[in-house]
Amino acid sequence: MNETLLRELIPAVTSVLVRRGADFATAEDAVQEALIRALRSWPADPPADPKGWLITVAWRRFLDLSRADSARQAREARVEAELPAASGQSADDTLQLYFLCAHPSLTPSSAVALTLRAVGGLTTKQIAEAYLVPEATMAQRISRAKRTVSGVRFDEPGNVATVLRVLYLVFNEGYSGEVDLAEEAIRLTRQLTSMSDDEEAAGLLALMLLHHARRSARTTRTGALIPLAEQDRTRWDAALIAEGVAILQSALARDRLGEYQAQAAIAALHADAQAAAETDWVQIVEWYDELERLTHSPVVRLNRAVAVGEARGADAGLAALAEVDPSVPRRTAVEAYLRERTGDLALAARLYGDAARAAGNLAERDHLTRQAARLNEALRA
Amino acid sequence: MAKYLILKHYRGGPTPYVAFEPLDRWAPDKVDAHMKYMHDFAAKLQETGEFVDGQALSPEGTFVRYDGEGRPPVTDGPFAETKDLIAGWMVIDVDSYDRALELAGELSAAPGQDGKPIHEWLELRPFLTEAPRVTE
Repeated sequence: MNETLLRELIPAVTSVLVRRGADFATAEDAVQEALIRALRSWPADPPADPKGWLITVAWRRFLDLSRADSARQAREARVEAELPAASGQSADDTLQLYFLCAHPSLTPSSAVALTLRAVGGLTTKQIAEAYLVPEATMAQRISRAKRTVSGVRFDEPGNVATVLRVLYLVFNEGYSGEVDLAEEAIRLTRQLTSMSDDEEAAGLLALMLLHHARRSARTTRTGALIPLAEQDRTRWDAALIAEGVAILQSALARDRLGEYQAQAAIAALHADAQAAAETDWVQIVEWYDELERLTHSPVVRLNRAVAVGEARGADAGLAALAEVDPSVPRRTAVEAYLRERTGDLALAARLYGDAARAAGNLAERDHLTRQAARLNEALRA
Repeated sequence: MAKYLILKHYRGGPTPYVAFEPLDRWAPDKVDAHMKYMHDFAAKLQETGEFVDGQALSPEGTFVRYDGEGRPPVTDGPFAETKDLIAGWMVIDVDSYDRALELAGELSAAPGQDGKPIHEWLELRPFLTEAPRVTE
Protein backbone atom coordinates (compact mmCIF):
# COMPACT_ATOMS: atom_id res chain seq x y z
CA MET A 1 0.00 0.00 0.00
CA ASN A 2 1.51 3.33 -0.97
CA GLU A 3 1.55 6.43 1.19
CA THR A 4 -1.27 8.18 -0.66
CA LEU A 5 -3.64 5.23 -0.13
CA LEU A 6 -2.65 5.18 3.53
CA ARG A 7 -3.36 8.89 3.84
CA GLU A 8 -6.76 8.46 2.22
CA LEU A 9 -7.81 6.33 5.20
CA ILE A 10 -6.92 8.96 7.80
CA PRO A 11 -10.09 11.09 7.88
CA ALA A 12 -12.29 7.99 8.05
CA VAL A 13 -10.24 6.60 10.96
CA THR A 14 -10.48 9.90 12.85
CA SER A 15 -14.24 9.93 12.24
CA VAL A 16 -14.56 6.42 13.70
CA LEU A 17 -12.82 7.53 16.88
CA VAL A 18 -14.99 10.64 17.14
CA ARG A 19 -18.14 8.56 16.58
CA ARG A 20 -17.00 6.29 19.39
CA GLY A 21 -17.00 9.30 21.67
CA ALA A 22 -13.43 10.54 21.47
CA ASP A 23 -12.95 14.30 21.41
CA PHE A 24 -11.66 15.51 18.06
CA ALA A 25 -8.36 16.96 19.34
CA THR A 26 -7.25 13.80 21.14
CA ALA A 27 -8.58 11.50 18.43
CA GLU A 28 -6.65 13.43 15.82
CA ASP A 29 -3.43 13.18 17.84
CA ALA A 30 -3.96 9.46 18.29
CA VAL A 31 -4.54 8.95 14.57
CA GLN A 32 -1.44 10.98 13.73
CA GLU A 33 0.63 8.69 15.95
CA ALA A 34 -0.93 5.61 14.34
CA LEU A 35 -0.11 7.11 10.95
CA ILE A 36 3.53 7.64 11.88
CA ARG A 37 3.73 4.04 13.12
CA ALA A 38 2.15 2.81 9.91
CA LEU A 39 4.63 4.76 7.78
CA ARG A 40 7.44 3.07 9.70
CA SER A 41 6.18 -0.51 9.95
CA TRP A 42 3.95 -1.13 6.93
CA PRO A 43 6.65 -1.23 4.25
CA ALA A 44 8.19 -4.30 5.93
CA ASP A 45 5.03 -5.73 7.45
CA PRO A 46 1.84 -4.66 5.64
CA PRO A 47 -1.40 -5.45 7.50
CA ALA A 48 -4.18 -7.49 5.89
CA ASP A 49 -6.76 -4.87 6.86
CA PRO A 50 -5.07 -1.45 6.77
CA LYS A 51 -8.07 0.52 7.98
CA GLY A 52 -8.79 -1.93 10.79
CA TRP A 53 -5.13 -1.77 11.82
CA LEU A 54 -5.22 2.03 11.94
CA ILE A 55 -8.45 2.09 13.94
CA THR A 56 -7.12 -0.43 16.47
CA VAL A 57 -3.77 1.30 16.94
CA ALA A 58 -5.31 4.79 17.04
CA TRP A 59 -8.01 3.72 19.49
CA ARG A 60 -5.47 2.17 21.86
CA ARG A 61 -3.40 5.30 21.62
CA PHE A 62 -6.49 7.41 22.30
CA LEU A 63 -7.18 5.40 25.46
CA ASP A 64 -3.56 5.88 26.58
CA LEU A 65 -3.76 9.62 25.96
CA SER A 66 -7.06 9.78 27.83
CA ARG A 67 -5.71 7.76 30.76
CA ALA A 68 -2.80 10.15 31.03
CA ASP A 69 -5.30 12.85 31.71
CA SER A 70 -6.94 11.95 35.00
CA ALA A 71 -9.68 14.50 34.51
CA ARG A 72 -10.83 12.47 31.57
CA GLN A 73 -11.04 9.15 33.34
CA ALA A 74 -14.73 9.25 34.01
CA ARG A 75 -15.46 9.98 30.41
CA GLU A 76 -13.07 7.28 29.28
CA ALA A 77 -14.94 4.69 31.30
CA ARG A 78 -18.15 5.81 29.68
CA VAL A 79 -16.57 5.74 26.22
CA GLU A 80 -15.26 2.22 26.69
CA ALA A 81 -18.62 1.01 27.93
CA GLU A 82 -20.40 2.48 24.94
CA LEU A 83 -17.90 1.41 22.29
CA PRO A 84 -19.99 0.99 19.15
CA ALA A 85 -18.83 -0.87 16.05
CA ALA A 86 -16.99 0.95 13.30
CA SER A 87 -19.83 0.32 10.90
CA GLY A 88 -22.45 2.89 10.08
CA GLN A 89 -19.89 5.55 9.37
CA SER A 90 -20.18 7.27 6.06
CA ALA A 91 -18.68 9.80 3.74
CA ASP A 92 -20.69 12.37 5.71
CA ASP A 93 -18.23 12.03 8.59
CA THR A 94 -15.31 12.85 6.34
CA LEU A 95 -17.23 15.84 5.00
CA GLN A 96 -17.79 16.97 8.59
CA LEU A 97 -14.03 16.81 9.12
CA TYR A 98 -13.51 19.10 6.14
CA PHE A 99 -15.97 21.59 7.64
CA LEU A 100 -14.36 21.42 11.07
CA CYS A 101 -10.82 21.94 9.72
CA ALA A 102 -11.94 24.91 7.62
CA HIS A 103 -14.11 26.38 10.38
CA PRO A 104 -14.59 30.15 9.97
CA SER A 105 -13.13 30.76 13.45
CA LEU A 106 -9.71 29.62 12.18
CA THR A 107 -7.17 31.87 10.48
CA PRO A 108 -6.27 30.81 6.93
CA SER A 109 -2.86 29.42 7.93
CA SER A 110 -4.37 27.39 10.81
CA ALA A 111 -7.16 26.04 8.62
CA VAL A 112 -4.65 25.02 5.96
CA ALA A 113 -2.40 23.25 8.48
CA LEU A 114 -5.27 21.45 10.22
CA THR A 115 -6.84 20.38 6.93
CA LEU A 116 -3.57 18.96 5.63
CA ARG A 117 -3.07 16.98 8.82
CA ALA A 118 -6.54 15.78 9.79
CA VAL A 119 -8.04 15.41 6.31
CA GLY A 120 -4.93 15.04 4.17
CA GLY A 121 -3.16 12.66 6.55
CA LEU A 122 0.16 14.47 6.26
CA THR A 123 2.53 14.42 9.21
CA THR A 124 3.35 17.62 11.05
CA LYS A 125 6.91 17.30 9.76
CA GLN A 126 5.75 17.13 6.15
CA ILE A 127 3.47 20.14 6.58
CA ALA A 128 6.24 22.10 8.29
CA GLU A 129 8.62 21.32 5.43
CA ALA A 130 6.02 22.26 2.84
CA TYR A 131 5.61 25.71 4.42
CA LEU A 132 9.25 26.19 5.41
CA VAL A 133 8.68 26.61 9.13
CA PRO A 134 10.16 24.61 12.04
CA GLU A 135 8.27 21.46 12.98
CA ALA A 136 7.72 22.80 16.54
CA THR A 137 6.04 25.91 15.13
CA MET A 138 3.77 23.85 12.91
CA ALA A 139 2.91 21.53 15.80
CA GLN A 140 1.86 24.57 17.86
CA ARG A 141 -0.13 26.02 14.99
CA ILE A 142 -2.04 22.75 14.67
CA SER A 143 -2.72 22.32 18.38
CA ARG A 144 -3.91 25.92 18.66
CA ALA A 145 -6.20 25.34 15.70
CA LYS A 146 -7.61 22.27 17.44
CA ARG A 147 -8.18 24.28 20.62
CA THR A 148 -9.98 26.94 18.57
CA VAL A 149 -12.47 24.42 17.20
CA SER A 150 -12.73 22.36 20.40
CA GLY A 151 -16.15 23.84 21.19
CA VAL A 152 -17.54 23.16 17.72
CA ARG A 153 -19.93 20.21 17.52
CA PHE A 154 -18.66 17.58 15.10
CA ASP A 155 -21.97 17.48 13.25
CA GLU A 156 -22.43 21.25 13.08
CA PRO A 157 -23.63 22.15 9.58
CA GLY A 158 -20.73 23.48 7.55
CA ASN A 159 -20.24 25.68 4.55
CA VAL A 160 -18.52 24.25 1.48
CA ALA A 161 -17.32 27.74 0.49
CA THR A 162 -15.01 27.94 3.51
CA VAL A 163 -13.51 24.55 2.60
CA LEU A 164 -12.97 25.65 -1.00
CA ARG A 165 -11.07 28.74 0.11
CA VAL A 166 -8.72 26.58 2.15
CA LEU A 167 -8.16 24.10 -0.68
CA TYR A 168 -7.57 26.95 -3.13
CA LEU A 169 -4.88 28.32 -0.79
CA VAL A 170 -3.20 24.93 -0.57
CA PHE A 171 -3.17 24.68 -4.36
CA ASN A 172 -2.09 28.20 -5.11
CA GLU A 173 0.41 29.13 -2.44
CA GLY A 174 2.31 26.01 -1.52
CA TYR A 175 6.01 25.55 -2.00
CA SER A 176 7.29 22.57 -3.89
CA GLY A 177 8.92 20.36 -1.30
CA GLU A 178 8.78 16.62 -0.71
CA VAL A 179 5.00 16.72 -0.62
CA ASP A 180 3.42 18.06 -3.78
CA LEU A 181 0.83 20.46 -2.38
CA ALA A 182 -0.78 21.10 -5.75
CA GLU A 183 -1.46 17.39 -6.16
CA GLU A 184 -2.54 17.14 -2.54
CA ALA A 185 -5.04 20.00 -3.08
CA ILE A 186 -6.36 18.23 -6.17
CA ARG A 187 -6.72 14.96 -4.27
CA LEU A 188 -8.61 16.62 -1.42
CA THR A 189 -10.85 18.61 -3.76
CA ARG A 190 -11.58 15.47 -5.77
CA GLN A 191 -12.54 13.69 -2.55
CA LEU A 192 -14.75 16.64 -1.60
CA THR A 193 -16.59 16.50 -4.94
CA SER A 194 -17.27 12.80 -4.34
CA MET A 195 -19.10 13.73 -1.13
CA SER A 196 -20.79 16.97 -2.14
CA ASP A 197 -22.56 17.95 -5.36
CA ASP A 198 -21.66 21.61 -4.87
CA GLU A 199 -21.09 23.24 -8.30
CA GLU A 200 -18.32 25.43 -6.98
CA ALA A 201 -16.43 22.42 -5.61
CA ALA A 202 -16.57 20.99 -9.12
CA GLY A 203 -15.54 24.38 -10.50
CA LEU A 204 -12.53 24.53 -8.19
CA LEU A 205 -11.48 20.99 -9.12
CA ALA A 206 -11.73 21.90 -12.81
CA LEU A 207 -9.73 25.07 -12.21
CA MET A 208 -6.97 23.12 -10.45
CA LEU A 209 -6.81 20.43 -13.12
CA LEU A 210 -6.67 22.98 -15.95
CA HIS A 211 -3.83 24.91 -14.33
CA HIS A 212 -2.03 21.77 -13.23
CA ALA A 213 -2.14 20.58 -16.85
CA ARG A 214 0.20 23.44 -17.81
CA ARG A 215 2.65 22.79 -15.03
CA SER A 216 5.56 21.34 -16.98
CA ALA A 217 5.25 24.07 -19.62
CA ARG A 218 5.18 26.95 -17.15
CA THR A 219 8.87 27.09 -16.29
CA THR A 220 12.22 26.45 -17.92
CA ARG A 221 14.43 23.72 -16.54
CA THR A 222 16.13 26.32 -14.35
CA GLY A 223 12.82 27.58 -12.98
CA ALA A 224 12.33 30.75 -15.04
CA LEU A 225 8.69 31.62 -15.77
CA ILE A 226 7.42 31.11 -19.31
CA PRO A 227 4.43 33.38 -20.05
CA LEU A 228 1.25 31.67 -21.28
CA ALA A 229 1.68 32.99 -24.82
CA GLU A 230 5.17 31.48 -25.12
CA GLN A 231 4.48 28.07 -23.57
CA ASP A 232 4.99 24.93 -25.63
CA ARG A 233 1.36 23.79 -25.70
CA THR A 234 2.28 20.27 -26.76
CA ARG A 235 3.60 19.90 -23.21
CA TRP A 236 0.22 20.64 -21.66
CA ASP A 237 -1.34 17.52 -20.16
CA ALA A 238 -4.23 16.69 -22.52
CA ALA A 239 -5.77 14.12 -20.16
CA LEU A 240 -5.96 16.60 -17.27
CA ILE A 241 -7.43 19.23 -19.61
CA ALA A 242 -10.07 16.81 -20.88
CA GLU A 243 -11.00 15.86 -17.34
CA GLY A 244 -11.11 19.49 -16.20
CA VAL A 245 -13.26 20.55 -19.14
CA ALA A 246 -15.70 17.66 -18.61
CA ILE A 247 -16.08 18.45 -14.91
CA LEU A 248 -16.55 22.13 -15.69
CA GLN A 249 -19.15 21.51 -18.38
CA SER A 250 -21.32 19.38 -16.14
CA ALA A 251 -21.06 21.98 -13.37
CA LEU A 252 -21.93 24.87 -15.72
CA ALA A 253 -24.89 22.90 -17.08
CA ARG A 254 -26.53 23.18 -13.68
CA ASP A 255 -26.65 26.93 -14.07
CA ARG A 256 -25.42 27.96 -10.65
CA LEU A 257 -22.41 29.99 -11.60
CA GLY A 258 -19.77 30.91 -9.05
CA GLU A 259 -16.29 32.39 -9.10
CA TYR A 260 -14.39 29.10 -9.36
CA GLN A 261 -16.48 27.94 -12.31
CA ALA A 262 -15.92 31.29 -14.03
CA GLN A 263 -12.16 31.12 -13.41
CA ALA A 264 -12.11 27.55 -14.69
CA ALA A 265 -14.02 28.65 -17.80
CA ILE A 266 -11.25 31.16 -18.55
CA ALA A 267 -8.58 28.49 -18.03
CA ALA A 268 -10.58 26.15 -20.30
CA LEU A 269 -10.65 28.74 -23.09
CA HIS A 270 -6.86 29.03 -22.88
CA ALA A 271 -6.58 25.24 -22.90
CA ASP A 272 -8.77 25.13 -25.97
CA ALA A 273 -6.40 27.24 -28.09
CA GLN A 274 -3.85 25.17 -29.99
CA ALA A 275 -1.69 28.28 -30.34
CA ALA A 276 -1.70 31.54 -28.38
CA ALA A 277 -2.91 33.40 -31.49
CA GLU A 278 -6.03 31.24 -31.60
CA THR A 279 -7.15 32.26 -28.11
CA ASP A 280 -10.77 33.38 -27.97
CA TRP A 281 -10.08 36.62 -26.10
CA VAL A 282 -13.54 38.05 -26.79
CA GLN A 283 -15.14 35.20 -24.88
CA ILE A 284 -12.49 35.46 -22.14
CA VAL A 285 -13.39 39.13 -21.64
CA GLU A 286 -17.03 38.08 -21.24
CA TRP A 287 -16.06 35.60 -18.56
CA TYR A 288 -14.07 38.29 -16.76
CA ASP A 289 -17.20 40.46 -16.85
CA GLU A 290 -19.09 37.60 -15.15
CA LEU A 291 -16.29 37.13 -12.67
CA GLU A 292 -16.24 40.81 -11.84
CA ARG A 293 -19.99 40.75 -11.19
CA LEU A 294 -19.49 37.76 -8.88
CA THR A 295 -16.45 38.96 -6.94
CA HIS A 296 -16.07 42.75 -7.38
CA SER A 297 -12.38 41.97 -7.07
CA PRO A 298 -9.80 44.55 -8.22
CA VAL A 299 -7.51 41.66 -9.21
CA VAL A 300 -10.20 40.42 -11.59
CA ARG A 301 -10.51 43.95 -13.02
CA LEU A 302 -6.75 43.94 -13.61
CA ASN A 303 -6.78 40.56 -15.38
CA ARG A 304 -9.74 41.75 -17.41
CA ALA A 305 -7.67 44.68 -18.66
CA VAL A 306 -5.10 42.20 -19.99
CA ALA A 307 -7.84 40.29 -21.81
CA VAL A 308 -9.32 43.52 -23.20
CA GLY A 309 -5.86 44.46 -24.46
CA GLU A 310 -5.71 41.18 -26.38
CA ALA A 311 -9.30 41.29 -27.64
CA ARG A 312 -9.53 44.96 -28.67
CA GLY A 313 -5.96 46.24 -28.77
CA ALA A 314 -3.51 47.75 -26.32
CA ASP A 315 -5.21 51.18 -26.21
CA ALA A 316 -8.48 49.58 -25.14
CA GLY A 317 -6.51 47.58 -22.58
CA LEU A 318 -4.98 50.77 -21.18
CA ALA A 319 -8.43 52.36 -20.99
CA ALA A 320 -9.65 49.35 -19.00
CA LEU A 321 -6.54 49.55 -16.83
CA ALA A 322 -7.29 53.19 -15.99
CA GLU A 323 -10.21 51.92 -13.91
CA VAL A 324 -7.99 49.64 -11.80
CA ASP A 325 -6.81 50.98 -8.46
CA PRO A 326 -3.08 51.83 -8.66
CA SER A 327 -2.38 49.89 -5.46
CA VAL A 328 -3.40 46.53 -6.94
CA PRO A 329 -0.37 44.22 -7.10
CA ARG A 330 0.93 43.54 -10.63
CA ARG A 331 -0.85 46.57 -12.09
CA THR A 332 2.47 48.12 -13.10
CA ALA A 333 3.53 44.89 -14.82
CA VAL A 334 0.31 44.88 -16.83
CA GLU A 335 0.78 48.53 -17.79
CA ALA A 336 4.35 47.79 -18.90
CA TYR A 337 3.08 44.98 -21.13
CA LEU A 338 0.38 47.18 -22.69
CA ARG A 339 2.74 50.17 -23.15
CA GLU A 340 5.14 47.97 -25.05
CA ARG A 341 2.26 46.93 -27.30
CA THR A 342 1.52 50.57 -28.07
CA GLY A 343 5.17 51.08 -29.01
CA ASP A 344 6.19 53.21 -26.02
CA LEU A 345 9.29 51.15 -25.27
CA ALA A 346 10.98 53.67 -22.97
CA LEU A 347 7.97 53.91 -20.69
CA ALA A 348 7.46 50.14 -20.84
CA ALA A 349 11.08 49.50 -19.84
CA ARG A 350 10.81 51.86 -16.89
CA LEU A 351 7.51 50.28 -15.79
CA TYR A 352 8.93 46.75 -16.06
CA GLY A 353 11.77 47.84 -13.79
CA ASP A 354 9.32 49.33 -11.27
CA ALA A 355 7.17 46.20 -11.44
CA ALA A 356 10.20 43.97 -10.81
CA ARG A 357 11.07 45.90 -7.65
CA ALA A 358 7.49 45.54 -6.38
CA ALA A 359 7.12 41.85 -7.27
CA GLY A 360 6.11 39.59 -4.41
CA ASN A 361 7.78 36.46 -5.71
CA LEU A 362 11.16 35.61 -7.09
CA ALA A 363 10.13 33.99 -10.37
CA GLU A 364 7.98 36.99 -11.32
CA ARG A 365 10.67 39.46 -10.29
CA ASP A 366 13.24 37.70 -12.43
CA HIS A 367 10.84 37.55 -15.36
CA LEU A 368 10.04 41.27 -15.11
CA THR A 369 13.73 42.13 -14.74
CA ARG A 370 14.44 40.22 -17.97
CA GLN A 371 11.65 42.11 -19.74
CA ALA A 372 13.12 45.44 -18.62
CA ALA A 373 16.61 44.34 -19.67
CA ARG A 374 15.33 43.21 -23.10
CA LEU A 375 13.65 46.59 -23.74
CA ASN A 376 16.59 48.60 -22.43
CA GLU A 377 18.89 46.72 -24.77
CA ALA A 378 16.55 47.37 -27.70
CA LEU A 379 16.46 51.07 -26.78
CA ARG A 380 20.27 51.28 -26.75
CA ALA A 381 20.52 49.67 -30.20
CA MET B 1 0.58 33.17 5.16
CA ALA B 2 3.62 35.23 4.54
CA LYS B 3 7.09 35.35 5.95
CA TYR B 4 8.68 38.54 7.16
CA LEU B 5 12.15 39.38 8.35
CA ILE B 6 12.37 41.66 11.38
CA LEU B 7 15.82 43.20 11.24
CA LYS B 8 17.49 44.63 14.28
CA HIS B 9 20.23 47.13 13.51
CA TYR B 10 23.12 48.11 15.73
CA ARG B 11 23.32 51.28 13.68
CA GLY B 12 21.44 52.71 10.73
CA GLY B 13 17.80 53.47 10.07
CA PRO B 14 15.84 56.51 11.26
CA THR B 15 16.98 58.68 14.15
CA PRO B 16 16.35 56.80 17.41
CA TYR B 17 13.14 57.81 19.15
CA VAL B 18 14.85 57.41 22.50
CA ALA B 19 18.63 57.82 22.60
CA PHE B 20 20.36 54.81 24.14
CA GLU B 21 23.92 53.68 24.64
CA PRO B 22 25.37 50.34 23.49
CA LEU B 23 24.19 47.44 25.61
CA ASP B 24 27.57 46.99 27.32
CA ARG B 25 27.08 50.30 29.11
CA TRP B 26 23.73 49.38 30.63
CA ALA B 27 23.22 48.14 34.18
CA PRO B 28 23.46 44.31 34.13
CA ASP B 29 19.88 43.84 35.33
CA LYS B 30 18.64 46.09 32.47
CA VAL B 31 20.64 44.02 29.99
CA ASP B 32 19.07 40.87 31.46
CA ALA B 33 15.59 42.37 31.24
CA HIS B 34 16.17 43.31 27.59
CA MET B 35 17.44 39.82 26.71
CA LYS B 36 14.63 38.14 28.59
CA TYR B 37 12.07 40.18 26.68
CA MET B 38 13.55 39.04 23.35
CA HIS B 39 13.63 35.45 24.53
CA ASP B 40 10.05 35.53 25.84
CA PHE B 41 8.89 37.14 22.63
CA ALA B 42 10.40 34.33 20.55
CA ALA B 43 8.91 31.73 22.90
CA LYS B 44 5.49 33.35 22.58
CA LEU B 45 5.71 33.24 18.79
CA GLN B 46 6.64 29.60 18.94
CA GLU B 47 3.50 29.02 20.95
CA THR B 48 1.31 30.93 18.48
CA GLY B 49 2.80 28.95 15.58
CA GLU B 50 4.34 32.05 13.96
CA PHE B 51 8.04 31.63 14.75
CA VAL B 52 10.45 30.62 12.00
CA ASP B 53 13.91 31.68 13.05
CA GLY B 54 15.82 34.09 15.23
CA GLN B 55 19.55 34.73 15.13
CA ALA B 56 22.05 37.23 16.44
CA LEU B 57 25.12 38.32 14.53
CA SER B 58 28.55 39.30 15.69
CA PRO B 59 29.11 42.98 14.94
CA GLU B 60 32.44 42.22 13.29
CA GLY B 61 32.43 40.74 9.80
CA THR B 62 34.70 40.51 6.82
CA PHE B 63 34.17 41.46 3.19
CA VAL B 64 35.20 38.67 0.80
CA ARG B 65 35.47 38.50 -2.99
CA TYR B 66 36.61 36.12 -5.73
CA ASP B 67 40.06 37.02 -7.04
CA GLY B 68 40.40 34.80 -10.11
CA GLU B 69 41.09 31.17 -10.92
CA GLY B 70 43.51 29.44 -8.53
CA ARG B 71 43.84 32.45 -6.25
CA PRO B 72 42.54 32.61 -2.70
CA PRO B 73 39.62 34.95 -2.07
CA VAL B 74 40.52 38.52 -1.18
CA THR B 75 39.30 39.81 2.14
CA ASP B 76 38.78 43.33 3.37
CA GLY B 77 37.66 44.94 6.61
CA PRO B 78 36.43 44.85 9.25
CA PHE B 79 35.10 48.37 8.92
CA ALA B 80 34.23 49.84 12.27
CA GLU B 81 32.84 52.96 10.59
CA THR B 82 30.14 51.14 8.56
CA LYS B 83 27.00 53.23 8.70
CA ASP B 84 24.62 50.29 8.87
CA LEU B 85 25.21 47.23 11.01
CA ILE B 86 22.85 44.30 11.46
CA ALA B 87 22.64 42.94 15.01
CA GLY B 88 20.28 40.09 14.31
CA TRP B 89 16.94 39.10 12.99
CA MET B 90 13.77 37.25 13.56
CA VAL B 91 11.75 35.54 10.85
CA ILE B 92 8.00 35.23 11.35
CA ASP B 93 5.28 33.47 9.38
CA VAL B 94 1.98 35.31 9.77
CA ASP B 95 -1.45 35.66 8.19
CA SER B 96 -1.20 39.32 7.27
CA TYR B 97 0.99 42.38 6.93
CA ASP B 98 -0.93 43.98 9.80
CA ARG B 99 -0.03 41.08 12.07
CA ALA B 100 3.63 41.47 11.07
CA LEU B 101 3.49 45.18 11.96
CA GLU B 102 1.85 44.39 15.28
CA LEU B 103 4.57 41.89 16.20
CA ALA B 104 7.43 44.13 15.12
CA GLY B 105 5.90 46.93 17.19
CA GLU B 106 5.72 44.63 20.17
CA LEU B 107 9.36 43.58 19.78
CA SER B 108 10.36 47.25 19.64
CA ALA B 109 8.82 47.72 23.10
CA ALA B 110 11.63 45.70 24.73
CA PRO B 111 12.85 47.42 27.91
CA GLY B 112 15.76 49.79 27.38
CA GLN B 113 18.51 51.28 29.49
CA ASP B 114 15.99 52.86 31.89
CA GLY B 115 13.71 49.82 31.96
CA LYS B 116 11.12 51.60 29.83
CA PRO B 117 10.27 50.57 26.23
CA ILE B 118 13.26 51.25 24.01
CA HIS B 119 11.15 52.30 20.96
CA GLU B 120 13.91 50.91 18.76
CA TRP B 121 13.37 51.17 14.99
CA LEU B 122 13.09 47.67 13.55
CA GLU B 123 13.11 47.02 9.83
CA LEU B 124 10.32 44.82 8.46
CA ARG B 125 10.94 43.14 5.10
CA PRO B 126 8.64 40.66 3.32
CA PHE B 127 10.13 37.47 1.89
CA LEU B 128 9.62 36.87 -1.80
CA THR B 129 7.37 33.85 -2.21
CA GLU B 130 6.92 31.13 -4.78
CA ALA B 131 4.95 32.11 -7.88
CA PRO B 132 1.21 31.40 -7.51
CA ARG B 133 -0.08 28.50 -9.56
CA VAL B 134 -3.23 30.21 -10.79
CA THR B 135 -1.99 32.79 -13.25
CA GLU B 136 -5.02 34.45 -14.78
